[in-house]
Amino acid sequence: MTTPTSARSITWARRRSTLARFWRDFRSHNTAIAGLAILAVFALIAIFAPLLADPDGLNVAKATAKGHQPPSADYWLGTDQNGLSILTLLVHGTRVSLIVGLSATAIAIVIGTLVGIMAGFYGGWARSLLMGFTDWFLVIPFLPLAIVLATVLGASLVNIIIVIGVTSWPGTARLVCAQTLSVRSRPYMERAKALGAGDWHQMTRHVLPNVMPVVVAHVVLTVSIAILSETTLSFLGLGDPTQQSWGNILDSAYGTGAMSNGEWWFVLPPGICVVLVVLAFTLVGRALEVVLNPRLKEG
Amino acid sequence: MATATVSSPDPGPVKTPFLTGTRGYVIRKISWSLGTLLFVLVFNFFLFRLLPGDPIGLYSRGRNMAPEQLVKLRAQLNRPVGAQFLEYLSNPFASTINSVRFNRPVWELVGERVWPTVLLVGTSILIASVAGVWLGIRSGWRRGGTFDRWTTGTTNTLYAMPEFWVGMVLLIALPFFPSGGISTPGVTGLLDTILDTAWHMVLPVTALAIVYLAEYTSIMRASLVDELRQDYLQLARAKGLREDLVRRRHAVPNALLPTMTLIFLNLGFVIGGAITVETVYSWPGLGLLSYEALRGPDIPLLQAVFLLFSIGVVVFTLFADLLYAVLDPRVSSQ
Repeated sequence: MTTPTSARSITWARRRSTLARFWRDFRSHNTAIAGLAILAVFALIAIFAPLLADPDGLNVAKATAKGHQPPSADYWLGTDQNGLSILTLLVHGTRVSLIVGLSATAIAIVIGTLVGIMAGFYGGWARSLLMGFTDWFLVIPFLPLAIVLATVLGASLVNIIIVIGVTSWPGTARLVCAQTLSVRSRPYMERAKALGAGDWHQMTRHVLPNVMPVVVAHVVLTVSIAILSETTLSFLGLGDPTQQSWGNILDSAYGTGAMSNGEWWFVLPPGICVVLVVLAFTLVGRALEVVLNPRLKEG
Repeated sequence: MATATVSSPDPGPVKTPFLTGTRGYVIRKISWSLGTLLFVLVFNFFLFRLLPGDPIGLYSRGRNMAPEQLVKLRAQLNRPVGAQFLEYLSNPFASTINSVRFNRPVWELVGERVWPTVLLVGTSILIASVAGVWLGIRSGWRRGGTFDRWTTGTTNTLYAMPEFWVGMVLLIALPFFPSGGISTPGVTGLLDTILDTAWHMVLPVTALAIVYLAEYTSIMRASLVDELRQDYLQLARAKGLREDLVRRRHAVPNALLPTMTLIFLNLGFVIGGAITVETVYSWPGLGLLSYEALRGPDIPLLQAVFLLFSIGVVVFTLFADLLYAVLDPRVSSQ
């Protein structure tokens, strides 16, 4: 390390070229670009929700319209059972659905990566124990487990994030463990060990960066599942009753008989939003998988 | 797996693999399933005892219970946790506490709700797996083709749909079908009952089958694409078999193996769909029962349903593992 600046500049040049190559590969997937565009639109809606639709429109006490109105010039997507504009609910629901999806994924990825790296790195009994535990969680059916946890914890935004987060990590753990095992047997790990690197250094400096590419694609796919889970749990009435998410809107539609009255404007829009966002995350995730994991390219 | 590394000078003798061969495989799988069952039981017992507040209030939820019943319940809950746990383990199905909502023993309730779910889910899986396997073969065989691109696009979209939403949309789009339940009151006679039930099943089965279809198509496609790289297909072509025969006799039977086991392994996914779709259509099965239990919340009932679902998945996982060993001897001989 005699010329630290030049070493750093070499590193940065390498990173830049890797990033450029990655973007070139990614750009060739048309569906992924479409997915990215959809996500950008929804992200903007979520960020500017209070500007796009007056938050007062979420207050039942301030509702002036009648309930269950079909779409009109004032209420483009009609009103819900309390006379609130469904479009307003939808815009603000974007925020809740995205926040829950992203935060729950963050929890799942942290737990999964931690368990996976520990299991793969230490091997032996630690691996048997941790992976056995992971397999148990993989086997227990997701929705019943989530329902039980949500009932025990109570309905709030934070709790639903925790519930989805702690039920979604086993897949990540398995993936990271398998990847760690393959990294551990590579020669440079032996070199690092011979140079006196401790466990922590090896895990954070050598294993983690090599595991990350696989995890990145998995993260994006996990977000899509987390958003679907949020919708399902909210539909079942386990969501935060004070926050409007897309699942909560569907729950109100179901609870107030929107289907038998043929109120399509109450049922279709929230579902279409869910499908678009989940599909967009899936498309981006699948493309990332192919770009970051060249072995999949032939398939 | 002996890992001789620099830092450990004495890696020890190379371990002879423990429990090998078919018998070892079966024993390992069965003991793992038993371990999982125990985990589920422990989880189910302790989780509900972590609930905040007075357990009596939770179990009775404001219902008027007879004072002597309350005394009995409190005496039961006041015993040491260890004793309660042992009693629970000795027979987890004999819950001494009634369902709050229905005021009946929980296992009696669960028992009568099993068959409608089996009927609904079984029919949906049957339709979805047959159609899914067919679609998966068609699109996987010519991957990248027009048909494949359409199928993959449709599958991704279906996969993104919450199954209960599909159910709600079907209800609005096809209002002439019955909106819920399993039968029309007053219908008698064997044939009439069967026809009436089938009529009630159309929408819920469609909703479930659509979502399962996406799952099964993608599984079948992926495992066929995996097979396409194998050398034996090249050999089959080299000996002059028609493309059609290569597919039917060589590729598809091998690709069906992982698909079949994955269909069994995915029971957890199937249960998730059943809970929400049964709720939308008021189908009197275990899914609707779970919904009724969580809306209370009716803790004893919720505990029972959760236990049953978990046991079901563990049993099916074991079945899938054993089935796979029978169909593909390579698995157990490794």
